[in-house]
Amino acid sequence: MSPRKIRNKDELEELKASILQKREQKRTVIAISVGTCGLARGAGEVMAAFREEIEKHDLSDEVYLRETGCHGFCEKEPLIVIYPNGIFYHSLRPKDVPEIVSETVVKGNIIDRLLYKSLTGEKIICEEDVPFYKKQKRLILGNNRKVDPTDIEDYIAIGGYSALAKALSMSREKIIEEVKKSVLRGRGGGGFPTGIKWETCRNAAGEPKYVLCNADEGDPGAYMDRALLEGNPHSVIEGMIIGAYAIGSAQGFVYVRNEYPLALKNVWIAIEKAKEYGFLGEDILCSGFDFDIEINMGGGAFVCGESTALMASVEGKVGEPRAKYIHTTESGLWGKPSNLNNVETWANVLLIINKGAEWYNKIGTEGSKGTKIFSLVGKVKNTGLVEVPMGITLREIIYEIGGGIIKDKKFKAAQTGGPSGGCIPESLLDLPVDFDELTKIGSMMGSGGMIVMDEGTCMVDVARYFFNFLREESCGKCVPCREGIKRMLEILTDITEGRGKKGDMELLEELSEVLRDASLCALGTTAPNPVLTTIKYFREEYEAHIKDKKCPAGVCKELIQYFIDWEKCTGCDRCVGYCPEGAITGEKKKGDTYIINQNKCIKCGVCLDMCKLDAVIVR
Amino acid sequence: MPKIGIIIDGNRIEVEQGTTILDTAKERGIYIPTLCYHESLEPYAACRLCTVEVSRGGRSKMVTACNYPLREEIEVKTDSERVRRIRRTIVELLLASCPNVKIIRDLAKEMDIEEPRFKKEENDCILCGLCVRACSEIVGVEAISFVGRGVDREVDTPFRVTSEACICCGSCAYVCPTGAIEIEDKDGVREIKKFHASQPLERCKVCGNYFAPRVQIDWMTKKLNLPRENFEVCPTCKP
Amino acid sequence: MNFEKVEEILAKYGHKESQIIAILQETQTNYNYLPEEVLKYVSGRLNISLARVYSIATFYKAFSLERRGKHVITVCLGTTCHVRGGRKILEKIERDLGIKAGETTQDFEFTLETVNCVGCCAIGPILIIDGNYFGEMDLEKLDTVLKKYSAG
Repeated sequence: MSPRKIRNKDELEELKASILQKREQKRTVIAISVGTCGLARGAGEVMAAFREEIEKHDLSDEVYLRETGCHGFCEKEPLIVIYPNGIFYHSLRPKDVPEIVSETVVKGNIIDRLLYKSLTGEKIICEEDVPFYKKQKRLILGNNRKVDPTDIEDYIAIGGYSALAKALSMSREKIIEEVKKSVLRGRGGGGFPTGIKWETCRNAAGEPKYVLCNADEGDPGAYMDRALLEGNPHSVIEGMIIGAYAIGSAQGFVYVRNEYPLALKNVWIAIEKAKEYGFLGEDILCSGFDFDIEINMGGGAFVCGESTALMASVEGKVGEPRAKYIHTTESGLWGKPSNLNNVETWANVLLIINKGAEWYNKIGTEGSKGTKIFSLVGKVKNTGLVEVPMGITLREIIYEIGGGIIKDKKFKAAQTGGPSGGCIPESLLDLPVDFDELTKIGSMMGSGGMIVMDEGTCMVDVARYFFNFLREESCGKCVPCREGIKRMLEILTDITEGRGKKGDMELLEELSEVLRDASLCALGTTAPNPVLTTIKYFREEYEAHIKDKKCPAGVCKELIQYFIDWEKCTGCDRCVGYCPEGAITGEKKKGDTYIINQNKCIKCGVCLDMCKLDAVIVR
Repeated sequence: MPKIGIIIDGNRIEVEQGTTILDTAKERGIYIPTLCYHESLEPYAACRLCTVEVSRGGRSKMVTACNYPLREEIEVKTDSERVRRIRRTIVELLLASCPNVKIIRDLAKEMDIEEPRFKKEENDCILCGLCVRACSEIVGVEAISFVGRGVDREVDTPFRVTSEACICCGSCAYVCPTGAIEIEDKDGVREIKKFHASQPLERCKVCGNYFAPRVQIDWMTKKLNLPRENFEVCPTCKP
Repeated sequence: MNFEKVEEILAKYGHKESQIIAILQETQTNYNYLPEEVLKYVSGRLNISLARVYSIATFYKAFSLERRGKHVITVCLGTTCHVRGGRKILEKIERDLGIKAGETTQDFEFTLETVNCVGCCAIGPILIIDGNYFGEMDLEKLDTVLKKYSAG
């Protein structure tokens, strides 16, 4: 049945009611997470097995298999939630599927071994009781498990496009006022008040006006936007339509990095569907308002996450930033007033319109309202995406939601804000997560990447890593960034390779000041943050590298050596076969004869990885 | 345009709203060093050498003078300690990259920089972009562009071979501040080696000297829609 | 050279200058890389100077102006994958195939590339071969995966 365009709020309500009624007939819904990371872990095969089993048991009329995006608990993928009871099964294999269908779906029996076991050993049945989810406030990401991103009716069934219907009945000024009152701040890293941005753009002279969605999520370690776009693209589109209406724009652009093929595909499908149902295009919901969205693809350039570089890219040029002395809200895309917001920012707009600024204000801190989605990754037990209210402490995120450090090793640092951010030491774990608090200590919220590091991470190597990243991503236009980052990387490389000398830290700090003050764009001005925070909080590590030529964490190749621990070695000979340089010799079965020839050893680490007895040590 | 009052290096003056700091400084004989600026081209703000300090309401920040528009009352310091430190480091970085380029050596001398603290390279191009911009904005043929990204950024023709769009006019060499682009007119042929250009020159009908590449004349006749006779006499002999 | 496919792609994107990246991306998928003649063709059809097209093709990391291998191996070197040993994976592949990142094997079987984060950080280190994602890569799994692609 071809959909008829929705003409007003009432018709939308009617459609929602009819969808819900139709779905009542299916008593069981299995929501399976098949976002990119789920697929990388075999969720595709699990889903295929479910399709087969449901077919086999002739349950197609009773069971609805919903293919959703990321739920956030990536560590436990492939996972499913079985409704109506919300039973949570995780780490599934295709061979688990027949039992799930015959036992749980058909008979209602719980399969113990597939349940989540808490760190205290308790078995949790309901998804909502899983500790990882319990402490979160999943206002935005929580909808991922309720929708198939390619099915607009799933979205409408949970109230989708009702915010748009409401907004179109409000005046444009009132919408902007509400967003201003909510104190929503940009979720892409800048933290600029969204309402003010919209207002400035609305008041700027010039036509046409453009709205853009920055989905060039380039911070390594951050993938919140990918999950939102893959899993619930309509929520972002709806936010954009509302923003466009308020600002007075008829053309929008979503700029998605090309490394996110599934997100690109799902956004495209969502836009087509939205057009079919009349939420995009001409005379939206008979309001007289026209708006269309085009998709632009990134080309593999981190710098295109910067607003002016992004706009240059949309204009069909290289992604070179330009000065922002005249803001893009005044002169942006093709010199016209343009409003650019991050994916998560757009998704937040719906909450503010639906529930009001006053409700939104109650969540978060004085300076940072609402929730923030973080990608909690690295050496933490429960890795994944977490949505928490602003103001929660780092300790709560890492330990209560994240479950603490893998193998219960010692926490060393949490890196937030990507290459523009900094490393936060243990002493600051009780810091509330808030835009201004993070900036005060030298880091920043950034887009939401939170990389947890343990005692096995070398902080000098981390700084070097970020500079290597920035060196590759710098557009090369301005001298401080192009030349400065290059030279700072040289110094950091020297330090990690045992050639550090007195005065290196001071020189790094001096160059940092120039980068911060004189670079053309934020890539350059924030580039010093990783090195400055690591020098500030981990100075001893730098000194060990420079003065003692040692790497305390055991990471920097030139400063470490690999040894065989004779107390643990059994002479199984496994490492010998894997060593690419033939540097290990010994008499089989005689553990205390195995030695690594330091002259041949290239520190590749293969022996350490292959040894099943932990008999290879690094010093 | 309305006028606004600003303070520059301690002096209160009135400027037309929208004027850049650099233009204002030039009008008043205040020296601000530049490398990638050219009065006939749009400011590019890549070298950052013209960085100055601006403050308002107790807060200050660093901006590039060549493209910062004066739109409200602020205080400008063109030679503060902070400004000097920044300029010095920029020159030091460029000196390490292009130690044999005269204009950089001169700037280094001006700022008392003897040896850069970084490993020296041997580049002759400072990536100011004047050649690219001149070819695009003034000549309009876009025969050269920036190639690659970041530290690998270079200026060259497409695929680094002779460009079909190049009219061998030599504007690139004319604006280049380092001498990295050389033109050689010899035996009736103009060569711009850096951009793989080699074109025969036309002789002046009056004095007989070679004066312009044939392709440049071809292009000009087409662009200006004028008869070829207009371009048969060199500028010296033209009445 | 046949430009029919390029013309199709150009038409799909409405001959829009703003879609140059998508156009070049799809063109590259089709031709395996971006040949000089194709870039010249695109420049002519979109009325963008060849210098600018070349500038774009060399600025964005997604593009290759050189012929690539039958299989493209991409190793993620994002922060999390790095912290989890992504570098070791890259070095092992470099040793096994005898090429460095950015290069193609002599028999044009494999091209090895790196990428700075694909957003699968929870299950790093990530390896992508021909668009297929492999999570939690380690040196043992690597051998198995590479063998599969070497054979077929």
